Amino acid sequence: MPAKKNRDKADKSAAPDTAPAGTEDPEGPPLPQPKPPVQVLYCGVCTFPVEYCEFGSSLTRCKEWLRESNLDAFNKYYSEEALQTKIGTLSLEAQSKLEQDTAKKEAKAVAKADAALKKKMASQVTIKRIERNKRKHVTSIHGLEAFGIDLKKAAKQFASKFATGASVTKNPQGQEEIVVQGDVSDEILEMIEGEVGILKGIPADNVEIVEEKKKKSGD
Amino acid sequence: MDDSDWMRSSRILFDTVLLRSNLNLCCSSPLSMFKKFQPSTDISGQTPVKTSVQRSIRSAVLEQWKIEPETLDVVWPKKEGLVLVKCREHLSIYTVHGEPVFFQHFDGPIFPALRILHKYPYILPTVRVDRGAIRFLLAGAHMMCPGFTSQGGYLPPSEEAIPIGRPVAIHAEGKEHAVGVGITKLSTEDIKKVNKGVGVETVTYVGDDLWAIHSL
Repeated sequence: MPAKKNRDKADKSAAPDTAPAGTEDPEGPPLPQPKPPVQVLYCGVCTFPVEYCEFGSSLTRCKEWLRESNLDAFNKYYSEEALQTKIGTLSLEAQSKLEQDTAKKEAKAVAKADAALKKKMASQVTIKRIERNKRKHVTSIHGLEAFGIDLKKAAKQFASKFATGASVTKNPQGQEEIVVQGDVSDEILEMIEGEVGILKGIPADNVEIVEEKKKKSGD
Repeated sequence: MDDSDWMRSSRILFDTVLLRSNLNLCCSSPLSMFKKFQPSTDISGQTPVKTSVQRSIRSAVLEQWKIEPETLDVVWPKKEGLVLVKCREHLSIYTVHGEPVFFQHFDGPIFPALRILHKYPYILPTVRVDRGAIRFLLAGAHMMCPGFTSQGGYLPPSEEAIPIGRPVAIHAEGKEHAVGVGITKLSTEDIKKVNKGVGVETVTYVGDDLWAIHSL
């Protein structure tokens, strides 16, 4: 709570500083102290400065976020008067078109996010035990990146957990996968189920263990 | 026969020279530099910058931007090493503590990252586009002259005219903060006169792929 208040204060003190866009303060010769930076409030949803939320693809969610986090700013940008002055500079027709466009864009973005989520939930993680020698194996894990996991970091985690080598390599299909030395497929499955470290958000049903035997060579 | 051949080859030579000069000014793509930028594929390497080079960069920044040495020290402390992130097409991004601070294309002018510009809005000269242009700007388009000359737009008066090839902060009608950084393709006086075609090329804007990068 106190942090929020602080930000409000900083916002207000910065406001007169920025009022004329880009013009320099009439301070005369440069002072020995550095000038304080202007505090800009960025939207927590779309990361734009809050005044540009209306051009983003998630205006309704941005509005909600702003109302909860910073009521003053919300009133500044979305109160009736603010809307009135905005319309003043644009013809009514263009305004309605713009609103339509934003609504369309928003719907599109929502649909896209939904599709992405569905795809993510449908994607599989494959843990493959590959026979390298008669009794030696490597384990390759494929498909972690679909769940937003940094492969390099995951490889590092495996390496330190199992005290073996683990690396990110490209498989013949050109996709990236983690290869861990040794047969650790069951342990990795446990780690994924237990959501250890950075291995978060993977439903256990989507993980499968496959075994790959070395093909018998003809000679 | 010989004569015409010679003509053709000289013509080609002339064209390449033209092309080169065009490239030097800025990248000549129809969309802004950071519309598509994937850190995983577009970055070719990161190296710390030598102190002697850092010194020259610092003086270049002080010369090109309207920034006091003291303020620059806050953004880029003297003790902190600058890291050069090399990207495709001779684009170099300079970072401090992994945060992009400014970038440069070939030996062109140095542009501040948009978040830095938001903090210190006075470092670049300002132009403003009208409200209708914002949505195109946010899609990565270059800014056409009429957007500046219409009612909502703003160009500096003739005594403070901005020459061609300078970095500018692009503001928007009714908005407080800059929406993008651009480079002038015409001097501001010419923009007023010609009033047609691209006036300012957008380099980076709110919501592009450079904006999405918080640290490299």
